[in-house]
Amino acid sequence: MTSQPKTLFDKLWDAHVVTPETEGAPAILYVDLHLIHEVTSPQAFAELDARGLPVRRPERTKGTLDHSTPTLPANASGQLPYVNDEARAQVDTLRANCARFGVELFDYDSPQRGIVHVMGPEMGLTQPGQTIVCGDSHTATHGAFGALAFGIGTSEVGHVLATQCLLQRKAKTLAITVEGELAPGVSAKDLILHVIGVIGVNGGTGHVIEYRGSAIRSLSMEQRMTVCNMSIEAGARAGLMAPDDVTFDYLRGRPRAPQGEAFEAAVEQWKSLRTDDGATFDSEVRIDARDIQPTVTWGTHPGQVAAISSRIPGSDGTDEAKARDYMGWDPNAAVAGRAVDVVFVGSCTNSRLSDLREAASVLRGRHVHPRVRMLVVPGSEQVKREAEREGIDRIVRAAGAEWREPGCSMCIAMNGDLVGAGQLAVSTSNRNFEGRQGKGARTVLASPATAAACAVAGEITDPRPYLTTQPAPHASAQLETV
Amino acid sequence: MQALTEVVSRTVVLRERNIDTDQIIPARFLTTTERKGLGKHAFNDWRTLPDGSANPEFPFNRAENIGARILVAGRNFGCGSSREHAPWALTDLGLRAVVSAQIADIFRSNALKNGLLPIVLDDAIVDELLEQPGVELRIDVAQRTVTLPDGRRVQFPLDAFAQTCLLEGVDQLGYLLKQDRVISQFEQHRQRQEFRHAS
Repeated sequence: MTSQPKTLFDKLWDAHVVTPETEGAPAILYVDLHLIHEVTSPQAFAELDARGLPVRRPERTKGTLDHSTPTLPANASGQLPYVNDEARAQVDTLRANCARFGVELFDYDSPQRGIVHVMGPEMGLTQPGQTIVCGDSHTATHGAFGALAFGIGTSEVGHVLATQCLLQRKAKTLAITVEGELAPGVSAKDLILHVIGVIGVNGGTGHVIEYRGSAIRSLSMEQRMTVCNMSIEAGARAGLMAPDDVTFDYLRGRPRAPQGEAFEAAVEQWKSLRTDDGATFDSEVRIDARDIQPTVTWGTHPGQVAAISSRIPGSDGTDEAKARDYMGWDPNAAVAGRAVDVVFVGSCTNSRLSDLREAASVLRGRHVHPRVRMLVVPGSEQVKREAEREGIDRIVRAAGAEWREPGCSMCIAMNGDLVGAGQLAVSTSNRNFEGRQGKGARTVLASPATAAACAVAGEITDPRPYLTTQPAPHASAQLETV
Repeated sequence: MQALTEVVSRTVVLRERNIDTDQIIPARFLTTTERKGLGKHAFNDWRTLPDGSANPEFPFNRAENIGARILVAGRNFGCGSSREHAPWALTDLGLRAVVSAQIADIFRSNALKNGLLPIVLDDAIVDELLEQPGVELRIDVAQRTVTLPDGRRVQFPLDAFAQTCLLEGVDQLGYLLKQDRVISQFEQHRQRQEFRHAS
């Protein structure tokens, strides 16, 4: 029997189809891992209550607290500084729901709590070959492991809680192949911003992206997560990459991954998770890694990008003119040199240890510009612990930036970590929509190195000079193990 | 879910392209644990002026648009976050259909689960509608047609399953719950597969 060559997406899809799709009905797709957080789950649990339903497979759902949570520590009497009572009630609601329905919750007292897309991979919950969903559009992050991972709405959170399944039409496939070597000082964030700039903010709509090519294979696991994370910013349902030795080495020994011989047996299975030779994609885009420079967004969606060394568009197109007005740019303005008010290093895109090291390598022995307020927010308790062990917190503080507790913080800005109206924030997060970081706030998306360089310079600047030159040694802050 | 067979209404127009879910419902209003009551915050940052007063120019603040059930918007409506609060806010405003040349995937899926009909039409037709706010449209869910002001009837794509759910007011969770037997069979098979490497 000869079998048709399959894409990685085909293999993941086929392995999870409970009933195939027909003209009259979507496929029923089984979900291996369901991640939940406080913002998009309360109404789903309420639906279960209204129908008197249990959670079908509580062991396949894991909860964390990240979006509404304060990033300042509790006060002397143990009270966390929530933005309002509703936010506190939302956290309490998830805690109560997890307890009632038997779902494991990584609460404040857990050494593993973190942003859902940071925590899942670092615990080894995320594994190749899985289907993973979460009421959060950045769930594509987990696709970096060769999993089919995508964001769902709250009604669907209810569907998964009650049935462990979703009704899905199969998406189309889009191959994005990046060949060649990234230039020194060019990061995974620059790569994905460049990709979104090429295909457009809606270039992936209706598709699952598979990232391929030598430039992708040479990325670390954390860098791969940064790339897959932003698939939704091009409109894609999911983004994924074939697992390889980098993936297996990352997962080996993680607490929730298979252990010992079982792990090696799993690896043998995971190795088959790659697109077969001869398989075809619905669309393909090829990108030369050498064309990618340090890149930022200049506009009000993640497709409006520019190399830092370039100028923003001067065209009269309504979309561009509107974005330019909102952001306060003159037509054809140079990207570099624009004054910066706020710098945020964090979010499910760029809050992992390697991201914080990248920012710290720029901040080390330097000081944040007096005009700039800078927040560094680790993605999880584990990232925070590891960063502190290396002295990154001391470098951040010595540079005059704030070192915070883990959470989504200023990316979604619903916990009170806000950018003021009219202020310009350089942010390592994933969305630069109008008002995303606060009403009237202006967001420039960038890599951790670029964000840190902008904080020091007080203006948008190319990070490369900061990465190649070291300032005089700083007495109070030394990296111990980087 | 309430059945939806027909929508007849004047249109409200938002000409912008790429209207993301942060515009539809800004994140700071997501601390609620309810589905209801989000309409008052819909498009908050476009509806209000910097001093907090209502922006008289914004279409949803204009008297003639009160009660309108059809929104016509620029291409790639609903991009960004997966928050179902976006269709909840729009239905709370009274909307039952969104017409655009392209609608983002997760928003479309969420809308259909809340009796909000996502309608994608050709650019040329959407461009006409964007130029003439307030015209009356008639949407027929069973026929999958929109009747334009000049009497032309145009087809729109609608998944057959989603169409049945809308017409009959069937909710998708009810449908899934009836599949318990096949899901159980699949689980036994899946667990054997996972057991092979997880034990």
